[in-house]
Amino acid sequence: MLCDICGKSEATVHLTEIVNNEVTKLHLCEECAKQKASEMEEHFGLADLLTGLADFGGQLESDETAKLKCPNCGFTYMDFKKIGRLGCGECYDAFKKNLSPLLKRIHGCSDQHYGKAPPKAQKAVKVRDDIQELKGRLQKAVEMEEFEEAAKLRDQIKELEKKMEKKKDSKNKEGRIEE
Amino acid sequence: MKTVDELLNNTSEWLRGTGPNSDIAISTRIRLARNVDKVPFTNWANKKQKEQALLLVKAAVEKSGLLKDSVFFKMAELSELDRQFLIERHLMSPEHAYEPEYKALAIEPREIISIMVNEEDHLRMQVIQSGFNIRDGWALINKIDTELNETVNFAYSIRWGYLTACPTNVGTGMRASLMLHLPGLVISKQINKVFHALTKLGIAVRGLYGEGTEALGNFFQISNQVSLGRPEEDILGNFERIMNQVISREAQARRFLLMKEKEEVSDRVYRAYGTLKNARIITSSETVNLMSIIRFGVNMRLLPNINIKAVNDIFIMVQPAHLQKLENKVLTPDQRDIKRADLIREKLN
Repeated sequence: MLCDICGKSEATVHLTEIVNNEVTKLHLCEECAKQKASEMEEHFGLADLLTGLADFGGQLESDETAKLKCPNCGFTYMDFKKIGRLGCGECYDAFKKNLSPLLKRIHGCSDQHYGKAPPKAQKAVKVRDDIQELKGRLQKAVEMEEFEEAAKLRDQIKELEKKMEKKKDSKNKEGRIEE
Repeated sequence: MKTVDELLNNTSEWLRGTGPNSDIAISTRIRLARNVDKVPFTNWANKKQKEQALLLVKAAVEKSGLLKDSVFFKMAELSELDRQFLIERHLMSPEHAYEPEYKALAIEPREIISIMVNEEDHLRMQVIQSGFNIRDGWALINKIDTELNETVNFAYSIRWGYLTACPTNVGTGMRASLMLHLPGLVISKQINKVFHALTKLGIAVRGLYGEGTEALGNFFQISNQVSLGRPEEDILGNFERIMNQVISREAQARRFLLMKEKEEVSDRVYRAYGTLKNARIITSSETVNLMSIIRFGVNMRLLPNINIKAVNDIFIMVQPAHLQKLENKVLTPDQRDIKRADLIREKLN
């Protein structure tokens, strides 16, 4: 039996498809079967699963979301919905509002990276970690009613936050801080 | 320059069949996904941008001390058979063989380290070693990443971490996976319970050849899913603890089978041995299923004359592209089934 698609090679794979209760039988050669398998992967692949997750909760797409576009590479949120992949690193910030809940769902509770950082980003990471540590100490100080200490800590936090803001402004890109 | 053919005579390090718990854990693989800063991801990049990423990564590989003496293959310059061969050796993903323009693969001589260029991400680096060896794998890939980062800037944000084309990889960009051989848990019917527990812990289970393949011969690829929100060492430590439990469960099941059902198990092993030693025509899936039983028999000391490296070699050599490379010509599936049976008889007798 010859392959139903190319009509050239011997059919070795036999596929039964059921669409709307209609049964179609296909006899394919190895090559065409591979092609068919990757097409099916595209139809029922990661993209559907991911964007299904993003829309979870019944939120309807607002006009605003539909218009979202990455200023760096021109990739749109609708493109992401179609293929389940992003266009460039800047897309993460561009689609932040929609990606953040999706990332939380995929990776558990947090959408904040902890772990390795390139040398260039390490200073900024340290500032962020310092702020977090100071905030913890501030809370404790307030609980212990050590208000003088608390005020000192609050000023330190403000100072550091200003430092972070400045870096953000100089890059004009939220969340992407580099030296 | 080295050709793909020269790899044929090599045994990849991960096939040695040594290393901790190698009777159950065949190999440990850790990969990192990275992208060149400011350049669109491969699927959205234009030709010029893909070429830019390719040249930058190539330069970084050439400067790296750990990747000294690596070969650098441009996918477009390889035949389809060569590409299939590299997939069978677990040096690259099946996806990397499609649309080969601007794609490349760097392989270090022991085949422990390989780097795919312009797959879904600009860089996909992997370390693959024999046995259950997460710590060494991480130490090595962490060094390679740092070294490459000295030459190329990677896309990174302090909020999201390393930025990747797919949001399932963002953050650490890291995936650890173990290839496990679990015949004991399958025969004793505990496997579904174990997998059920694993998926609840954020761990994925797949068949031998990765995404979308069925589990042939009781081989399973198990990997972490979470890449964001926790440091690499935490993710790996957690994964290591859970994998330790799966491995000890399998060891327990094997001991139990040997104690309670020795005759039944021996019967299975020797029947598989008999078929493989005498078959004249054999498909790859039948081979994997029977060789799985042989591997089990060797590890249970029921087949004292066969060593585990020979068994691992057969697994690799009987695959379609390896058979055709050995024969040095294109073979139809029917011809391959005959050659495969010949090769197995030769190796087992």
